[in-house]
Amino acid sequence: MTIDEVKIGGLGARRSRVEDNRFIRGMGNYVDDITLPGMLHMEILRSPLAHARIKSIDTSAAMAIPGVQLVLTGELLASRNLAWMPTLSYDTQAVLATDKVRFQGQEVACVVADDPYIAKDACEAIVVDYEALPVIVNPTQAMADGAPIIRDDKENQHDNVVFDWEVGDKDGTDRAFAAADVVSELELHYPRSHPSPIETCGSIADFDRATSKLTVYMTTQAPHIIRAAVAMVAELPEHMIRIVSPDLGGGFGNKVPIYPGYVVSILASILLERPVKWIEDKTGNLISTGFGRDIYLRGQMALRNDGKILAVRMHTDSDHGAFFSDAQPSKFKIGLMHSAFACYDIPVAHLTARGVYTNKAPGGVAYRCSFRITEAMFFQERMVQVAADDLGIDQAEIRRLNFVQDDDFPHRTPFGFLTDSGQYAKCLDIGLEAIGYEDFLKQKEEARKNGRLLGIGISTMTEPLGAGNSREYDILGIKMFDSAELRVHMTGKAILRTGAKTQGQGHETTWAQIVAHELGIPADDVVVEEGDTDTAPFGMGTYASRSTPVAGAAVSMVSRKIRAKARKIAAHLLEVSEEDIEWELGRFYLRSSPESGVTIQECATAAYSNVPDGMEPGLENNAYYDPPNLTWPFGCYITTVEVDPLTGVWDVLNVVAVDDCGVRINPMIVEGQIMGGLAEAYAIANMQLITFDSEGNCVGSNYMDYLLPTAWETPGFELHEVVTPCPHHPIGAKGVGECATVGGPAAFVNAVLDALKGTGVRNIDMPLLPDRVYEALTEGHDVSGAPPTRTG
Amino acid sequence: MTSLFEVVSTESSVDTPIRRITVTVNGKQHTLDVEPRLLLAHLIRQGLELTGTHTGCDTTSCGACTVLIDGVPVKSCTMLAVQADGHDVTTVEGLASASELDPIQEGFRDEHGLQCGFCTPGMMLTAKALLDENPNPTEDEVRWALSGNLCRCTGYQNIVKSVLLAAEGLRAKDDVEEDEAS
Repeated sequence: MTIDEVKIGGLGARRSRVEDNRFIRGMGNYVDDITLPGMLHMEILRSPLAHARIKSIDTSAAMAIPGVQLVLTGELLASRNLAWMPTLSYDTQAVLATDKVRFQGQEVACVVADDPYIAKDACEAIVVDYEALPVIVNPTQAMADGAPIIRDDKENQHDNVVFDWEVGDKDGTDRAFAAADVVSELELHYPRSHPSPIETCGSIADFDRATSKLTVYMTTQAPHIIRAAVAMVAELPEHMIRIVSPDLGGGFGNKVPIYPGYVVSILASILLERPVKWIEDKTGNLISTGFGRDIYLRGQMALRNDGKILAVRMHTDSDHGAFFSDAQPSKFKIGLMHSAFACYDIPVAHLTARGVYTNKAPGGVAYRCSFRITEAMFFQERMVQVAADDLGIDQAEIRRLNFVQDDDFPHRTPFGFLTDSGQYAKCLDIGLEAIGYEDFLKQKEEARKNGRLLGIGISTMTEPLGAGNSREYDILGIKMFDSAELRVHMTGKAILRTGAKTQGQGHETTWAQIVAHELGIPADDVVVEEGDTDTAPFGMGTYASRSTPVAGAAVSMVSRKIRAKARKIAAHLLEVSEEDIEWELGRFYLRSSPESGVTIQECATAAYSNVPDGMEPGLENNAYYDPPNLTWPFGCYITTVEVDPLTGVWDVLNVVAVDDCGVRINPMIVEGQIMGGLAEAYAIANMQLITFDSEGNCVGSNYMDYLLPTAWETPGFELHEVVTPCPHHPIGAKGVGECATVGGPAAFVNAVLDALKGTGVRNIDMPLLPDRVYEALTEGHDVSGAPPTRTG
Repeated sequence: MTSLFEVVSTESSVDTPIRRITVTVNGKQHTLDVEPRLLLAHLIRQGLELTGTHTGCDTTSCGACTVLIDGVPVKSCTMLAVQADGHDVTTVEGLASASELDPIQEGFRDEHGLQCGFCTPGMMLTAKALLDENPNPTEDEVRWALSGNLCRCTGYQNIVKSVLLAAEGLRAKDDVEEDEAS
């Protein structure tokens, strides 16, 4: 009688993905696949210069091209008060430049034409007269005396500082440093990187004059936030705006912000009363949309001789580009940077952070991570390795010595977060065993005698995923809860909608598994829909590994509401009181006579055909879930590498990942996410370089210059798991999608630097390109990757 | 449909040159009048409404637009439609028959070889060309064959497993067909 949960596709089932059925047939529905009757096409003319005053724009030749319907400039937008828009971080961003351009690739004009080829032709026919201005490409230049003010559009902005922020206990930290046996130091640049989903950004705006309704199909990870923002920018009533996020060809944080292309396509559709499609090209995506990282970190660690960490000091200088448009909780200016060192038992710490404007693309998105956590954990794990080397302590041992112990939870981190669960040492032990740690150390010594350079790198971290609780986390004042709505039909089949938005994570598959777990309705009987603001309940979308911690929890909670109502119906059907019945998966039964019972499907039928007196018919509900805390998964990543001393090229020998993300809904999908994260970690450590020369030209503006790893370069991965359920999540799950990208890079970098041990090199900035490694090896000094890049 | 694919937008005041081409796509022959500068990817996507062929990078780098031309994988974003004149094109929509999936599609589904699905059509077609040539590839041979196709979601490991599983499936299918023939 008892239902086998795995058989119905419940928790733990390696259920095949529902969405694959369309994707493998080429029947996905991405934004560029949508064609509307009478649709026009928009292209953007971008600035070739990084900082320049616009003297004039001549659009007459463009307007004269047959098939051109509209040419939009900043001036035209300004006449409608639309030349500037708010960012997600309480700054403003130019939609189309009016006064000057502030980064290479900035949007200057848009052409709407009958087809995209004509629109491109017309963009080339626009003549813009620029007066070049001095260019700033890093924080040092931005802070220099006499530096040109990039944001002279803002009143009261007399320098290039975006913010100064601090957290932690300065005095306590100073005292701890005064008592330290040893102080280790580290300074590094976490380079700008671009999330670069294969699908670029795009939108189709469709304003219907007859109904006054605006529908926008858009590549967005957060459709409801976009709806609110469009209501603010375009001054349209929110109920007359429908945002539809169709299938997304990857997001990784790149598709959270609001981009000028979206806004202009909307205005163009309103002006022309026809649908207007804008599909960004790859260069446009790489040079103008939300990048990740670009932050200078320096810090010190106070240690006892035996390796116990006493305190940490950190300072960050973050480069936000020309507009502060980071997508992150409002309260935290440098994201969750202060989650650093959360897995270690450190009494006290202090962080200062300064953000600056530069003549580079804005963004600062959480690229496959939660708000600046990647930078935090990278610095943490590099710092721990440097400290271990300074003290001559084994790199595994120093971690074990300082880990928060299994029975020390809940644990307050030095910056005030509350971690709640984990088995850190166990994860590390499994990782060391899997990589064959002791053997590798011996092998490394042997190889060294023959002139071969082997190295091993460890990275262990717990990160806060799943923003957030409404006390602390909001974007533009909107609290970061999430939602689910479940309708169980008369035959026991169901439709579930959430405020999240899948972009490869497989929500259509996994959310149904949660319903199966809670209600015993087979997952195949539950269809999942997301991304349409007219039908989905309000939610904050999918990024920062928040879907399972927040929307996933809402799915559980709404299912439980359904179960509570079904229980009353069951009592009615069984003609007993509610107290006399018990629940097992998919069925209520009489405690006194377990063979007498009714299934959840029978309750569903009764909800529409035989409800008890006084009960509302139907079986549907919704849940808005405000998590009590973030979730704290743990990751241990260990890599071994061999560095070629003649070329600086390094090969990965092995990668072991031990992830504890609590209860796994669909282990197959979790493993897929971890492997994807590891590949991106490798990519960031090894080759992804998007930088700038002294004139602000973006180096890495296409896939021939911005190298992404292929199947050939990407190493194989060995995965292991530990399960420590999240104590506050309804099904004990934690976020996982980004853990490996967050924790992984330090494992690769630590491994390469381990191979270089003894040369005096403490740091090489990512990506660890062969020339950087070679320079470090032969010259015996650190190698910085800070822009401007050397030319010639 | 835009003027790029229509027989001629006769009202057009510009003297747009038009070329007549004949291409066979997924077994169906099409005779079309196209602008010489029209990219094959755009002909397939907008002209023939086969939107399973995706465009990702415009520089022949990502492989999302991969189709087979006479069985050879080609990135259709940097090939002109007129160059396909007289040739046989297979897109992702041509992989499955009405009743059954190609073993390559089954492989990708069964080994979780896709997440967002955007690179998947190109990956599968590249894999098909490999398996047509080499029914029993090693892992390294699969990785090398796929090295012109980028994926940002999976880390490739499951894609490689998908192709190896597909190879197994195809070999089993061939064995059955041979048995039936003998």
